[in-house]
Amino acid sequence: MIDKRVDSLEAALAGLDSGMRLMISGFGGAGFPTALVRALEASAIGDIQLISNTLRIIQDHAPGLFAPGRIRDVVCSSARSRGSETSDFEKRLLSGDLPIELVPQGTFAERLRAGGAGIPAFYTPTGVGTKLTEGKEVRNFDGRDYVMERGITADFALLRGHRADRWGNVIFEGTQANFGPAMAAAAKLTVVEVERIEEEPLVPASVHIPGILVQRIIQAPELRQ
Amino acid sequence: MNKDTDVTPLSRQQIAWRAAQDLKEGMYVNLGIGVPVFAALHAPADREIVFHSENGIFGVGPVADKAQEDLNLLDAGSQRVTLARGAALVDSAASFALVRGGHIDVTLLGGFQVSAGGDLANWDSLSTTKGPLVGGAMDLATGARALWVLMAHCTKDGAPRLVEQCSYPLTVQGAVDRVYTDLAVIAVTENGFLVEEVVAGLSRDELAARTGAPLAFAADCRTLNVPDL
Repeated sequence: MIDKRVDSLEAALAGLDSGMRLMISGFGGAGFPTALVRALEASAIGDIQLISNTLRIIQDHAPGLFAPGRIRDVVCSSARSRGSETSDFEKRLLSGDLPIELVPQGTFAERLRAGGAGIPAFYTPTGVGTKLTEGKEVRNFDGRDYVMERGITADFALLRGHRADRWGNVIFEGTQANFGPAMAAAAKLTVVEVERIEEEPLVPASVHIPGILVQRIIQAPELRQ
Repeated sequence: MNKDTDVTPLSRQQIAWRAAQDLKEGMYVNLGIGVPVFAALHAPADREIVFHSENGIFGVGPVADKAQEDLNLLDAGSQRVTLARGAALVDSAASFALVRGGHIDVTLLGGFQVSAGGDLANWDSLSTTKGPLVGGAMDLATGARALWVLMAHCTKDGAPRLVEQCSYPLTVQGAVDRVYTDLAVIAVTENGFLVEEVVAGLSRDELAARTGAPLAFAADCRTLNVPDL
C-alpha cells in the first residue's frame, strides 16, 4: 500500500544532508513550509545550496539558517529584508561572504519548471541587455534577442499545501501554490506539510500536485500569525 | 521645482488616477508595487478590469479587512487581499508564462529613470546597505503588450528622471510606451518623448528644463487635469 504520510518532522527531513541543493517554496508566507524550515534550522544540516524566491521569510522564521556554515550559496529573486536596517544575511551578501545568484522571478519560476520537465535550457526575452544576464548566450529568433537560461534541479524541495491524501496528492488554498508545483517536479525528493491529511482520496480533478511528484507528506498546524 | 512658478505637482494618488483613466474595459492589467497599485482604486467604476498579481492571481480584489483576512491569499506585495468576482488562481510558473507570452495587456510599474529610447531602470537603487531585489519587474516589463511607467518627473534633488540614457541598471530595453509623472503625460515614440498633457501653470520650456532629453509636444497637447484626491 502506498502511504507517503510521515508523523515527525525528523522523518520528513530524513536524508537531507549537508551540501545538498534545497528548494523552499512560498511567497509572502503563503505556501511557506514554516514547520519544516524551523526543523531544518534546529538540525545540524549545513553547507546548503539554497534555491528560494525570497530570503526574507526564511530570516523571519528561521534566522539561525543564516549563521555562517549553514547556507553555502543562494539562488533567489529577492534578498532584501524589511525596513532600512541591514540584516545579518544582507551583511553577508554585501560582503561577498554569502554568494548569491539573483534571478528575475519569472525566469526563476521557468528554470524550476524546465528542471522538472527535463529541459536543460531555454531562451527567454527577460533580462536581455541587463546586468543580470551579462555573459550569457544571446540568440536572435525572428528579430528579437533572447538569453539562454538553464533549468534547475535539486535534491530536496520543501512545500506547504492545504490538504493531501496518502498517495501524496496535494491541494492548495489561495496563493499557496506559487513555486511549489515547479519545485516538486524539479527536486528528487519533495516533502509537503499540510493543514490536513484526508483519509479519503482527494477529488482527482481538484488535485494541484499529483502524488507522483511528492514523496512525503506531514500534517502540521499553521505556525504563521 | 523652481519656487517662482505657481505649479502644483500631482500627488501619488493623482498620478495613479490619471493612468487608471487610460485602462480600458476588459483589460488584463498588472500593477507594480508603489504608485501603480493605487490605480486599482481609481479605475472608472463602469469598466471591468482584471488585475493580475504575478504570484498567481487573475482578478485581485480590494485589500482584505480584518474579517476577510486570509493568510493564504496574498498579492505580490504580500498584502492580504480579496478576490474579484470571476478570479482564477495559478502557480508562479504559469503566471509568468502568461506574462512572458504576451497575454497581459498592460503593466504599470514605478521607475527611477526612463530613457528617450524606452529603456526603464527601476529595480537596482545601487544601495550599499540593503540586499538586492529584482522580483518580477524584468519579466513584467518585458512580457506585457504595453508598459506604462508611473513616477515623479524629477528626483528629490531635482534631477530629471526622463533622460537620454539611464544611469541606473536597466530593467528592460526599449519597452516603455507611456510615462505618467507628477507634471505630465508623455508617450515614448520612435522619435523620443512626446508630451500629451502638462499640469496647469507649467510652460513647455519649464517642463523641458526638468527633463533630461528633448521633448516634442503633441498637436493637441492639453492641460493635465485630475480631481482632488
